[in-house]
Amino acid sequence: MSDVLTGIEQPADEEAARGAPRGSGAVRFLLGKLGSALLSLALVVVLGFLLFRMIPGDPVVTMTRGRPVSPEQLAELRERLGVDKPMWQQFVDYIGGLLRGDLGTSYLFQRPVADLLTERLGPTLLLVGTATLLAIVLGLWFGIRSAWRRNSRFDKVSTGTALTLWSMPQFWLGLLLLIAFAGVFPSGGMRYSDTPPDVFSQTLDVAYHLVLPCLTLTAAVYAQYLLVMRSSLLEEMNAEYLTTARAKGLRDDLVRRRHAVPNALLPTVTLVFLQFGMVLNGAVAVETVYSWPGLGLLTYEALSGPDLPVLQGAFLVLAAAVILMNVLADLLYRVLDPRVRAT
Amino acid sequence: MTPTTDETRGVRAITWARRKQATAGVWREFARDRGGLIGLGGLVLIVLLALLAPVLTDETALEVTNTTAQPRQPPSAQAWLGTDRDGISVLLLVWWGARVSLLIGFSAALLSVFIGTAVGILAAHFGGWLSTTLMRFTDFFLVLPTLVLAIALSAVLPRGIGTIVLAIGVASWPTTARLARAQTLTIEARPYIERAKALGAGHRHVIGKHVLPAVLPLVFAHTTLVVANSIIAESTLSFLGVGDPSRPSWGGILQAAFNSGAVSQGAWWYLLPPGIGIVIVVLCFTLCGRALETVLNPRLRGQR
Repeated sequence: MSDVLTGIEQPADEEAARGAPRGSGAVRFLLGKLGSALLSLALVVVLGFLLFRMIPGDPVVTMTRGRPVSPEQLAELRERLGVDKPMWQQFVDYIGGLLRGDLGTSYLFQRPVADLLTERLGPTLLLVGTATLLAIVLGLWFGIRSAWRRNSRFDKVSTGTALTLWSMPQFWLGLLLLIAFAGVFPSGGMRYSDTPPDVFSQTLDVAYHLVLPCLTLTAAVYAQYLLVMRSSLLEEMNAEYLTTARAKGLRDDLVRRRHAVPNALLPTVTLVFLQFGMVLNGAVAVETVYSWPGLGLLTYEALSGPDLPVLQGAFLVLAAAVILMNVLADLLYRVLDPRVRAT
Repeated sequence: MTPTTDETRGVRAITWARRKQATAGVWREFARDRGGLIGLGGLVLIVLLALLAPVLTDETALEVTNTTAQPRQPPSAQAWLGTDRDGISVLLLVWWGARVSLLIGFSAALLSVFIGTAVGILAAHFGGWLSTTLMRFTDFFLVLPTLVLAIALSAVLPRGIGTIVLAIGVASWPTTARLARAQTLTIEARPYIERAKALGAGHRHVIGKHVLPAVLPLVFAHTTLVVANSIIAESTLSFLGVGDPSRPSWGGILQAAFNSGAVSQGAWWYLLPPGIGIVIVVLCFTLCGRALETVLNPRLRGQR
């Protein structure tokens, strides 16, 4: 959360430090970004191996912790997971499996991990997508108005609310909403089993189930966007071009909309993408509370094992998603900010 | 000529006098921020209460075997905040849970700030390939979803408070590293560092005597925010069930409440207090941190 306070200057900082190449900038820029994203992906893959294969020592012992298992079962499990081989052989198998899209077999669900992940990806995308969109709209709207009328009562109330929501663990907010709206909204899951199978009723049903989880996730995320938008607009407020705009006789409303906001929007937009990891963190907690059948709930279910292959798969997918969002942030920044394009 | 002990003491005295003056100045600025003062007051009160828990309350009442109360009773004269699933007073649970939550929050923040400061200063001071590699790693860890990484770590390591501290600390250091690096870079660009180097100061002297004292205040302000983050992260991890079950933190209490069906029974007295505890502590830390940052970072002054 401190990123809000210190993070704004980072992107610009970085561009300056790196000394962006001249000439056929666009292509080189693109290649550079893709290259560093690939390197990050490689690091994620290695980290995934380190975390789930090397640190546990014997993953099979970790996975069967606290359960009675015979030595034969242990040996069988070891063979099936391939952990009885030497470490380098395991690493080669792991990489090979990844390239083939094979992430191993779940220990709890007795199904291929890749299937589980693809099945759970949709609900998470729906939840995270809706919540992010809502949060952006709310955060920008409140943030802009707070900064524009700084220290007004509106500013104090909206910033105070945002800070409070931000200080709340998301799962707790979820629990509170669950109690408050018990009976009004469904307490969990994604659809009722007795809903008619036609598209219209199904969509309505999912939307009905989506309300509470989406609200919970939005609450914390919008607070973050609000604070970022507010402080980046405050930085623009004293700029001379605003005085010029006012001197031209523009209405206050136009000064804000056409001059101040577009400039203040830049750091915020980038941060929306950079903070995507935080949204995913929230999704894990929120999905657990509302048993929303996404990747977060899958992670929670896998923890009870712990089902290491599933945890590993979920880790890889979530980390890769964040890296993808970062590449998008870089590209978007270039499109939006002519100053970066010119260098 | 080697300095006599008297001269050394004189130099030290001057340094300390200056530091005292600077601290007093910071305090005066800080005291002007009402939010910061409220936050600090709240924190002092909560930490004192948590420390005094063994004196003011009876720990044996936390044992399931010692309780005679009915489970899941709403607040009454006997149990001000009701009872939990085993009939233990929720007030007592939350009071003792504060100790665990604060302990983990502080330790994890210390670990994370320590790693971050070390990485940041080293990267900025030495430059070259070391800096490139370190910052590459920092950027990489910066974007990774912290909670997911912490979940992964606490799933593969043995359960316990140490694991949680390690998981949060290892997952959350990059912001501190960026801060420490930026500050070190600005410090090292100043002429007095060049002078010190010209006089023969080694890496150790420059880092220890010049860079660290200049970086630490900012890092300290940042630490308050890291503690707040760590407490939230701890509660979430405990809620997901990777905490230490023998010593429930606020998150652990909420997990027990959730798993025993407090939501469907509408047992609000079981769910509200631990969460309110988290919100108050985190809010206090955030207020303090924001006030400190405003004091130490003049660019922000007059904005908030």
